[in-house]
Parts: sequence; C-alpha cells; structure tokens
Amino acid sequence: MFALVKKLLIFLVLLAIPNFITAEERKFNLGKIATKTEIAGWDIDVRPDGLGAPLGSGSAIKGEEVYAEQCASCHGDFGEGLDRWPELVGGEDSLDTHDPVKTTGSYWPYASTMYDYIYRAMPFGVAQSLTHDETYQVVAYLLYMNEIIDEDFVLNDKNIGKIKMPNVEGFLMPDPRPDIANVNGNPCMQNCNTPTKIIGKARDIDVTPEEEKS
Amino acid sequence: MKKNKQKKLKINRRELLAGSASLGVIALSSKVGYSKETNPNNLPPNVPEWTGELGDGVDANPYGMPSEFENNVIRRNVEWLTASTESSVNFTPIQDLEGIVTPNGLCFERHHGGVSIINPKDYRLMINGLVDREMIFTLDDLKRFPQSNKFYFLECAANGGMEWKGSQLNGCQYTFGMVHNVQYTGVKLSDLILETGLKPKAKWVLAEGSDSSGMTRSIPIEKILDDCMIAWAMNGEALRSEQGYPARLVVPGWEGNMWVKWLRRLEFGDMPYMTREETSKYTDLLPDGKARMFTWVMDAKSVVTSPSPEKSIIYKGIHQLRGLAWSGRGKIKRVDVSLDGGKNWQTAKLHDPVMSKSLARFTLPFEWNGQELLVQSRAIDETNYVQPTIHELQKLRGVNSIYHNNSIVTWKVNKDGTVDNVRLG
Repeated sequence: MFALVKKLLIFLVLLAIPNFITAEERKFNLGKIATKTEIAGWDIDVRPDGLGAPLGSGSAIKGEEVYAEQCASCHGDFGEGLDRWPELVGGEDSLDTHDPVKTTGSYWPYASTMYDYIYRAMPFGVAQSLTHDETYQVVAYLLYMNEIIDEDFVLNDKNIGKIKMPNVEGFLMPDPRPDIANVNGNPCMQNCNTPTKIIGKARDIDVTPEEEKS
Repeated sequence: MKKNKQKKLKINRRELLAGSASLGVIALSSKVGYSKETNPNNLPPNVPEWTGELGDGVDANPYGMPSEFENNVIRRNVEWLTASTESSVNFTPIQDLEGIVTPNGLCFERHHGGVSIINPKDYRLMINGLVDREMIFTLDDLKRFPQSNKFYFLECAANGGMEWKGSQLNGCQYTFGMVHNVQYTGVKLSDLILETGLKPKAKWVLAEGSDSSGMTRSIPIEKILDDCMIAWAMNGEALRSEQGYPARLVVPGWEGNMWVKWLRRLEFGDMPYMTREETSKYTDLLPDGKARMFTWVMDAKSVVTSPSPEKSIIYKGIHQLRGLAWSGRGKIKRVDVSLDGGKNWQTAKLHDPVMSKSLARFTLPFEWNGQELLVQSRAIDETNYVQPTIHELQKLRGVNSIYHNNSIVTWKVNKDGTVDNVRLG
C-alpha cells in the first residue's frame, strides 16, 4: 500500500516536470519543446496539396489593385518584367523553342508555390508584409493574367491545392544522371578523335567585366 | 543600382581610413596604388628599405588581412547578370588560390534577399512536422551536440551556366568561380534528430532560411540522415555573415542552393514541398520543353586555374600548370590534362589530401616556348564518371538547361602568352 502511494507520488512529481515523458527518450536533453504559437508564427510554407495554406481568400479583381501597388514597379503592369526583374505572365508554348520564357503561367507547376513564395519573399525587401487575403488576391490576379482562372474566381485555402497549372506535367523525375556515356573511368588518352577547331571566343562576345588583369 | 554604388564607395573610404590609421605612411602609398615595377634599390647587394626601419608592432591589425600587394585577389560579380546586388552572385577568384582551402573572405556569395545580420543570441532553429517532439534550439544548444568537422566543396548549380551556348565570359573566375571549399564545424542532422525523434512517415525535409527571401528547399530524408549537417563555423572561425552566420545547412556534394543559409527551420513531411527554388528555378529545361527536376548531385568537374584567361604566361621555359577538380559523388580519382585540345592527354599529379566531396588540387609541369596551346583538364571520380565535353552535354540536354554544366573548358594560350576562353567544334 505504502509502495503504491510512493509510486503515485513519484508519478505526480514527474507530471509536474515539463516534457517528462520525452526526457528519457531524448538522448542529450538539449533544446526546448516548441509551442503551437511559436510554430504557427514560423510555419508559413504551403504545399502543392494545399497543406499549410492559411485561412483567407481573394479574387483577381481585388488582386489587380494590390498588384499595381506592390508588384508592378518591378514586374510591370502586365507582368512583363521591367529591366531584369522576372516576367510573370505569358511564355506559353515557348519552352521547347530556342528562347524559352519561364513564367508562373508557362512554367510553374503549382499555384501553391506562388502563394508560398509571394508571401514569404515578396514584395522584394518587404518580406511577409502582405496579409493572407492580399496574397490570395495577388496569386488570383497572376492566375487570371495567365488565363488559368476567371476574373471573379475566388481563390482560397480550400481550392489553392486544386488549381491545375498548364505545366504541371512538364517535369521529369527521378534524376537520370549520370546521363553521359563514359562512366567506365577509361577515356581515350592518345590520338583521340575530337574536334579542335576554334568556333567561338569569349573575347569576341565582349561581355566580360573589364578590369585590370592580375 | 545607384544606391549600391554609393554604399560601395562609402565602404572603400572607410577601409582606406582604417588602413591609413594602422599602416601610417605606407597606407598613403597604397591609396595611390603601389608600384608594379621592381625597385633596384631593394635588390642585392643593396639593403632594402623595409630592413632599415621598424615595421608595425603586434595588434596593428587585430584581425589580419592579406598583404596590400594582393588586393586584386577579390570576389567579383557580373553586373549585367542580375537586377540587383541583393539577389545576385559573385565569384571566387580561384585563379589566384593555391591548395584546396578557400579563404573565408573569398568564398563566392549568392544571396536572394541580401545578407541577413543576425545576433547569435536571437538565433533559433525550429524543428517541426513529422517528428516525435517539435523543438526549438539555440546556437549554444547546437554547439553542445556531438561535433563534426569536414571539408566540403559548395558549388552553385549555375556555375558555368552562361557557357552552354558558347564561350561567353573570358575569365576562369567568371566561368568556374561559383565554387568554394572550406572545413565546416557543426552537428550532423542524424545526431540532431536523436533529440526530436522521427515519425516513420517522414520522407522529406523542408529547410528554410530566415533571410528576406525565406529560402526554402526540399531534401529527401535519406540524404539528411546520411551526411547533412548544420554548421556554425568555417575554416576554424564562425561562419561569415554572407555565408549564413550564425548557422547554415551543409548538403555535401549537392547543389549550393540547398545549403540554406541563416537556417531557421527544418520541417519534416511526407512529400516534397515544391518550393519556388526547386520548380521555377534549379530545374533543367530540355529541348523538348520538359524539365528535369530534383537534379541535386554536382557531377565531376575540373578546371585549369593557371594558365587561364586571368593568368597569362609570361616566361618561356618550365611552368607548373595548376587546377582544381571535384565531384559530388565522392573522391576525385584522376585528372588528365591536354595541351592540344583533347587529342592527347597526360595524367596530372593529385595532391594530398584528396577527400570525398571536396576540392582536389592537381598540378602538371609543362614547357612553353611561345607556341599556341589548347589547354583542357578532365576529372574522373571514384565512381569512374569521366567529365564530359560540352558537345556531349548539348546532345543530351540542349543549350537551355542553365544548370549542371560540368563540361571540359578549353583555354587557348596565344603566342604572346595571353589566354582565351574558346569553344572547339
């Protein structure tokens, strides 16, 4: 009887120590358990299946305003990209040409990635400043400009994982490398048959930054 | 762009002031540039000027910097490549380096939202998702785990990316300089997860940076548990801010973009996260419009660093050709060098130590008597992978895949000793 009480007491004392259940499983007993609030503040990623998409919604009509204010100064009024800032719209049917144009519409396989990236990294230099609704609005506007959704479509946390992007089938896995022929470690050493005519020179292209050579 | 230039000017002025305070009169001469001519008064049988006076005492430079005569050994960028310096890249001056260790201040930079400055007291690493215990670690916590010390190269997948269609940049630094090699000190992730536990469904890890780009990449659990580590030191001292101070991810042999700097979070999940960096970027577009995804390994590669476009040949007679070789699949087994554009090859000397997924140094003595040379090097790694020609890669992947150009480059030594980046065909 006394032994049982003692066991119970020990149990109660252990209960009072935070994480007592895990303490013995942890090898080094370093770090602390993260709270739900701490995780919620940092766990901002959104997966292709929509996991992680925060509550919120937005349409292209509303997104046009946010885009004009927050995005157009670099990406252009129509997503055409100013200076060397990225183009966001167009480029369809260009991926197999000599001059492929990779935009959210022509190349990006998932709408979730647009949400994830815009929220975490845009506007450039003011990361994580858009509200969730504003982010849905901008994504909706880009999807609309790329003719993937209609202007009144309301994008939200429930349907962002279901948007079908034009290039979703455009990616190949797994990595086929080594894809080269010679993986036997014994290349030709003497009188090898290889072209040795000079067909191009970087000096002639003349785009190397000019500086005093060492 | 203008703002950046002003920033640069300011820094230069500050450096000059600091220099003149510590170096006194000598700094004045460095301001106008030191003489590139030999001063016969310093040569035998004369007593050189530095012998007849005292030099600086200890602590003149509490943190020592390279000799002022080496001030051309610096990282350089190509301004037209990117829209802003905060989301840009510069290049390691590998043509000026010896051995296999890259000095910390010369390791190339690649940022997507500028360099974050983080007080280590404010540093936290969060681990969440499919683990038994979602946890937060301080930097001091990380340093109390078992320690790992390893040399690894880090190469940007876009190193040489400008050269797919033809020879474009006339420099060893600009065409091969998105690589560096340092010794990392840190904790292996296989040790770290002993603390958090791992749920059986955990197959992928999202690594996330705390910089302004919130850099994110998905990494398969097998790699995470194999050799990935969180590093807080490089070459014996704390990480440089531009390399992710106070802690970064190390993903040995795999493309540099995955080595998330300013690492703040690892989330364990059951599928890849398909972040911007692994979908719209770092995917390799093929001629048919399809793109390879998750091409992580950096294949075997080598380059002759001297002679090279920045390293003309000045003297006739004996020279030591120098170069670097590396492979994300393991150790470098052999490096061959050709002086005639790939027709005939000889095997170079590999210098110790040759370590797995680290730069390896090779040299080869050669005579130069004013003749034209077409210099190439070809790496073979321990898996027997032979570094390919650009034509072989073009045949397989076209010219628009940007990433993973590990082909053999040709340096043409001209009759006057100058060197050109050329394409053979």
